[in-house]
Amino acid sequence: MLQAVALRCSRGERRLFTDLSVKVERGSLLAVVGENGSGKTSLLRIFSSLLPPEQGSVLWGGQDIHQLKELYSGQLTYIGHLNGMKDDLTPLENLMSAMSLAGEPCSNNGAKEALEGIGLKRPIHHLPSKVLSQGQKRRVALARLWLSTRPLWLLDEPFTSLDQAATDVVTQRLLMHLQRGGLAVVVTHQEVALPTEVVQRLRLMG
Amino acid sequence: MSGSSMWEAVSGIIRRDLLLAMRRRSDAAMSVFFLVIVVSLFPLGVGPEPAVLRTIGPGVLWVAALLACLLSLGRVFTADYLDGVLEQMVLIPQPLALLVGGKVVAHWVISGFPIVLLSPLLGLQFGLSGESLGVLVMSLLLGTPTLSMIGAIGAALVLGVRGSGLLVALLVLPLYVPVLIFGAGAVTSSMAGIGGEANLSLLGACLVLSLFLAPWATAAALRIALE
Repeated sequence: MLQAVALRCSRGERRLFTDLSVKVERGSLLAVVGENGSGKTSLLRIFSSLLPPEQGSVLWGGQDIHQLKELYSGQLTYIGHLNGMKDDLTPLENLMSAMSLAGEPCSNNGAKEALEGIGLKRPIHHLPSKVLSQGQKRRVALARLWLSTRPLWLLDEPFTSLDQAATDVVTQRLLMHLQRGGLAVVVTHQEVALPTEVVQRLRLMG
Repeated sequence: MSGSSMWEAVSGIIRRDLLLAMRRRSDAAMSVFFLVIVVSLFPLGVGPEPAVLRTIGPGVLWVAALLACLLSLGRVFTADYLDGVLEQMVLIPQPLALLVGGKVVAHWVISGFPIVLLSPLLGLQFGLSGESLGVLVMSLLLGTPTLSMIGAIGAALVLGVRGSGLLVALLVLPLYVPVLIFGAGAVTSSMAGIGGEANLSLLGACLVLSLFLAPWATAAALRIALE
């Protein structure tokens, strides 16, 4: 279970949010919404432990994530607004090196199936990633979700530049993750098409 | 966290960086060509007097190696920082310092090791004897990994800063001074017939020290850069 306790965050001179507390239970999704610059990404980075909060703490299973350190990193899959892929590598190589970096190495076939799962056909697997469109690159980054066995998913605007079909399969994948008892925090400005009982909305005012 | 998964992550990043270097061979070749050109300019500028060339040879070769290493520092973390891979690196379930070590090893193989291989040929331009050439290779073999290690700290500190190329030179060059002194000193003393072992030992000590400390300092700098 992920819990934020009295978080405060400022970027530069601007106070983004203060005294923010929220709880995400197993099998539920926290959708963080709000205007541009309201601190959605900062909140996600605090949840990922990339950004230490100015005040307050984030608890995973009741323990502070900054004390858990690598143990906590082993619980999460973080996909930021940057895709984290190399233009000179193929989608297949990108996905496999991202997985081995994350400590969840996958086989060639596993990676191919994941890419097909998100709708990238085989001929695309071996092209240099620089020739892919934005939406295709985003799909390669999100293909990690098909291989991840981690309980906590942190996604920053996952649906940006995805077409409707891809948005649907990613949403389905999220639902499957939640049904298995996983947790997710999703920063988005779009509605997430999931049953309302599993979605908890957090609106940041900025 | 098991030892094998740690090794998997480190070897994975080394393999990936080497693969990337293979895809962009021109980048890696650039610093080697820089070294060759800089070193070749000196005999042209100073004149073909063998005694003079032999005196300045070790120093010129070492300074050029240092500058070539400096030129390649921008490539260590900048691309990973811009495309978001660095965020993923910081969030791995292994100590970040180990991964940094892997990245520096890859950087040395790409930009340091070619310098070592090429150095005997460049040393010949300055009329160094066979024995001195051997010491030159040894000194570079011990010294260039140290340069990569120290350079990584600087490269991590200036991530995301404007004009970082010049800044990293100002930060890192003073730290390179001991390596330069011991490295060039080893070759000079072997030419003088007193053997370069003392200086080589000191270079080895620098290497061990930087292997031990630099990855941790670099890891801390990377975390700050991502905040």
